[in-house]
Amino acid sequence: MIVDLQRFLANERPVWSELEGMLDQLEREPGVRMSLEQAQRFHCLFERTAADLAKLRTFSSEPETRRYLEHLVARAYGEIHETRDRHRGFRPLHWFFATLPQTFRRHLRAFAMSLTVTVAGCLLGGLALALDPEAKPVLMPFPHLQQDPAQRVAQEEQATADRLAGAKTTFSAFLMTHNTKVSILTLALGMSWGVGTVLMLFYNGVILGAVTVDYVAAGQARFLLGWLLPHGAIEIPAILIAGQAGFVLASALIGWGSRRPLTARLRQVSGDIVTLIFGVALLLVWAGFVEAFLSQYHEPVIPYTAKIAFGALELAALTLFLARSGGTRRGRDEETASSINGGVPAKSERASA
Amino acid sequence: MNSPSLEIRTPEGICFSQMLAGPIARFLAWSLDLFCILVLLTLVSYLALLLIFVSPGLAVALNTLGYFVISIGYGIVCEWFWRGQTLGKRVCRLRVVDAEGLRLQFHQVVIRNLLRFVDALPLLYFVGGVVCWFSPKCQRLGDIAGGTVVIRHPRLLEPDLDQVLPGKFNSLRQYPHLAARLRQGVSPAEAALAVQALLRRDHFQPEARVALFAELAAHFKSKVDFPPEATDGIADEQYIRNVVGVLYSEH
Repeated sequence: MIVDLQRFLANERPVWSELEGMLDQLEREPGVRMSLEQAQRFHCLFERTAADLAKLRTFSSEPETRRYLEHLVARAYGEIHETRDRHRGFRPLHWFFATLPQTFRRHLRAFAMSLTVTVAGCLLGGLALALDPEAKPVLMPFPHLQQDPAQRVAQEEQATADRLAGAKTTFSAFLMTHNTKVSILTLALGMSWGVGTVLMLFYNGVILGAVTVDYVAAGQARFLLGWLLPHGAIEIPAILIAGQAGFVLASALIGWGSRRPLTARLRQVSGDIVTLIFGVALLLVWAGFVEAFLSQYHEPVIPYTAKIAFGALELAALTLFLARSGGTRRGRDEETASSINGGVPAKSERASA
Repeated sequence: MNSPSLEIRTPEGICFSQMLAGPIARFLAWSLDLFCILVLLTLVSYLALLLIFVSPGLAVALNTLGYFVISIGYGIVCEWFWRGQTLGKRVCRLRVVDAEGLRLQFHQVVIRNLLRFVDALPLLYFVGGVVCWFSPKCQRLGDIAGGTVVIRHPRLLEPDLDQVLPGKFNSLRQYPHLAARLRQGVSPAEAALAVQALLRRDHFQPEARVALFAELAAHFKSKVDFPPEATDGIADEQYIRNVVGVLYSEH
């Protein structure tokens, strides 16, 4: 019990100030490593401040001081008990060539689901347009897709002036930002237990399927491939990966087959979700450039064969990258899994321990 | 509305609570942030205007990218570099922290900011506000996904007891057993109320001051019944001074 609050404050205030100073320094320089003496002093200050807080709680004290101490103890607690990886600096190349593909592979089932939903949408969109061509304005409510494909191809191939002259950078920036926003929304809708993500992917699939059937039925399959493949080879997988991230989030939210609490499940996947969405953003930046600077140019400016070959090459490279990059050694994967699990070792590590 | 504080019990058995920020305070902070974002966007658009003479296409592209990067990146950058605070949160004294009291991680900051896309639906953070209102920890969807909460960030205000404590004689101290009982029976909030009433006594109208201290004295007298020798002839305000003296100081 404290019987003289003023004397108590006067005695203890230097301790709190010292702890606050150390906390400020730690927060300013997250990479700094304390020496053994500093760590012991830090722990001692934390324990003393925590004890002060306990004393204040048992007596009718000034609530503001108690709140201040609670805040101080909370900050120190966070520093002392944090076990998740924080000291490794961010290495962009390692992140891109190892972390991103490893994370993608770790959630292959979510990607398969994303792909399945999109393909189902494609089938429905294609079938609907094949059965009822009059439904085109409903299935593809975009003015530039309402034109007859053969007529459009003829116009594009006969065009003498560059219709994107001076506007390619703007168009590219628009595509990047728009597609990234759609991807983030697809991910964020995972919080609707995945229902929103399914709807977004399915609707994308419906449009893609309807466009494909429209052009193929008009005998313009070669033009379609030359038009879509250079950017679509990257853009469509990017949207699928955003859907994958949405399903990872939804899966953690639902927690099917897991006995861990909701917060632990979400904590486990949050690092992976961020990795996936940053990967998606990078892919979409590339796709935006390609769509603005290459996809909109057709024969005779650029031969379709060259565009199709470029798109196929991109798709092959992306597949290879996602499937193989970052190595396949179990140890490396498990190291990453351990770090994203907040320091909890992977299964085999626990077994060997 | 649910409990406004987050209780954390550490493995060492230490309990502490953090005051959670409700949807209204958060909305105010967001309004300030929105203003900051609009100012930044205006600056970028002026910068883009300068580029128009070099390349009109580049100027529009810069504007588009600037709008996108600022609207999404503002929260992420501020909360990461200012440890859970944006400008609006700083002004409103709010802070984003880990829901389990641990250190805030970068991916938590990113997730809670990306999920604004859903929280902001359909307009003015309606979804986020409703979820926050009903959530036990006042979390919007982004906070739930990121494992974060928004707390009020207190400032140390040391009580200035010199100007309220009785100078020389405190009649209640004549009865140490009753004084101890008083200390035991008074809650922190009641003690703070008495201190605040004394600190602000000169700001009240005379009638209000008399009425307030009469009410407070009656309340504290109901807690512990001191003998008439200790309380007779003492004004209500002096009685409250004596009570505060017993609660806060040994001498």
